[in-house]
Amino acid sequence: MTRPATLLSDAPVTSNAPYDVERVRQDFPILTRLVHERKGRPGKPLVYLDNAASAQKPRAVIDAMSGLLERDYANVHRGVHFLSQRSTDLYEATRDKVAKLLNAPSRENIVFTRNATEAFNLVAQSWGRTFLKTGDVVLLSYMEHHANIVPWQLLRDQTGIRIEVVPVLDDGSLDLDAYEKALKTLAVKLVAITHSSNVLGTVNPVRQMARLAHEHGATVLFDGSQAVVHRPVDVQAIDADLYVFTAHKLYGPTGIGVLYGKKAVLDAMPPYQGGGDMISTVTFEKTTFREAPYRFEAGTPPIIEGVGLGAAIDYVTALGLDAIQAHEQRLLAYATERLREIEGLRIIGTAPEKAAIISFTIDGIHPHDIGTFVDRAGVAVRVGRHCAEPLMDRFGVGATCRASFGLYNTEAEADALVEAVKATKAFFG
Amino acid sequence: MFDDLRDLYQEVILDHGKNPRNFGKPDGFNRTARGDNPMCGDKITVYLTLGSDGRIADVRFDGRGCAISQASASLMTEMLKGKEPKEAEALFGAFHDMCTKDEEEWTDHGPLDEEAMDKLQVLSGVREFPMRVKCATLAWHTMNAALHGDPVASTENAGF
Repeated sequence: MTRPATLLSDAPVTSNAPYDVERVRQDFPILTRLVHERKGRPGKPLVYLDNAASAQKPRAVIDAMSGLLERDYANVHRGVHFLSQRSTDLYEATRDKVAKLLNAPSRENIVFTRNATEAFNLVAQSWGRTFLKTGDVVLLSYMEHHANIVPWQLLRDQTGIRIEVVPVLDDGSLDLDAYEKALKTLAVKLVAITHSSNVLGTVNPVRQMARLAHEHGATVLFDGSQAVVHRPVDVQAIDADLYVFTAHKLYGPTGIGVLYGKKAVLDAMPPYQGGGDMISTVTFEKTTFREAPYRFEAGTPPIIEGVGLGAAIDYVTALGLDAIQAHEQRLLAYATERLREIEGLRIIGTAPEKAAIISFTIDGIHPHDIGTFVDRAGVAVRVGRHCAEPLMDRFGVGATCRASFGLYNTEAEADALVEAVKATKAFFG
Repeated sequence: MFDDLRDLYQEVILDHGKNPRNFGKPDGFNRTARGDNPMCGDKITVYLTLGSDGRIADVRFDGRGCAISQASASLMTEMLKGKEPKEAEALFGAFHDMCTKDEEEWTDHGPLDEEAMDKLQVLSGVREFPMRVKCATLAWHTMNAALHGDPVASTENAGF
């Protein structure tokens, strides 16, 4: 196996070549497999439309991770020996890549976590416990993932903060008037809202929201898990104080997530977990901690996953996030139009600005049944509450089907979804 | 396209799924429990009316869920009326085995209503669909919780 050549080099940021989705698909080994193969019966080509749950991995990510394990692996930040240095360089290079991806001022703004969920818990327990007191308001929205709800409830039970929730309009847009009113009338200290909804696809006007929050003295935390995968994100232009995302939805591995924080915000936060790697000196009387971001990274970090994330960032930036966004927006428009052909199909989430995520229900057929049927046609969609139960309640549905498109999906796959849904409808009569 | 799904989605299931029997909250029930399948969003409530003789005088349910869960709940309500609680439990145990284990691994749950077991065969197809076993057994877990005075049954901690 050859070592990926680009691991330590600057990846090309943009490409002027037209977006060749068939070429892109060849980079993803899993997309060639068949599903539901049975004796005497060929399987169905995989149509993977569950990217918002987790995306598939390009060969470059797989090779970077196995390459590290085969040639370069050792613990990081510790050894003086050759491999430890090599492993540290490869792992830490990802911090630079993340900083560049988000246009963060410095690599020191980038904290590695286990996933986006841990990043939220880190902020709640470190920043929240330090700066929030009884009666202070954390402002969420109805379109939050449970990962951005439950950590605040735990904090509420510990400290007596209040949680207030910004409503969502019928088309799935955030109610900005209610948002502004909440900032004006409540003691909002933190806004913790998603950049893009994992159910509705809605892309929120985060720049405007951050400006309004700052005018009222609130700190802002955005959930970028569904945003960084679909579009270029510039945390400085947004003026986010804190921003989180997870690697596995960005075509990288599970087990690593990112917390971006402004330097002043991170510097004011105490450690979240204690252990090795996050300390300067330890005696039994007193321990001094390292500076951010390392203060928040206790114990041996996700080294292999970090290298995988670096390769994933190289991959998407080489394709160009603008180009990915344009491709997915074409797909979104096409799939939306085709799904609308189906009588009784209701799309939940029709905001003017959307990522390539389509949640839908069909009169008289439960999403779980639809999911089982389209799966038999090789089409992988998510069914259920999508870790967003309050949002399901808001739209009066117990569950939805969700088709979420990624950089390797095609119009033919949208057609496959539509045909499978039509056949399901025919079965149930 | 869907040939092998016909074992799971038999006519009886489609019928009960679309037109569930004994649906709706009754007056005068004396045991109830809510069942929740957090993975897929199914929620049902089972209402039991235990008679003065200790037998199940009435069973009804409401809530929403997929065709499998609705059909399973509907079929269950049809077969529990007049049964003693321990007969209902035996049926639950045998049905759970049917949905989750090979026949040689089924355990003895005591005397069973064989006619009811025959009817429940239409749901045995879920064994080939591990993700759907919870759909078929949710109503039964909930009924069992109601019998034992537990207010909530969740498939997440029901020991699948």
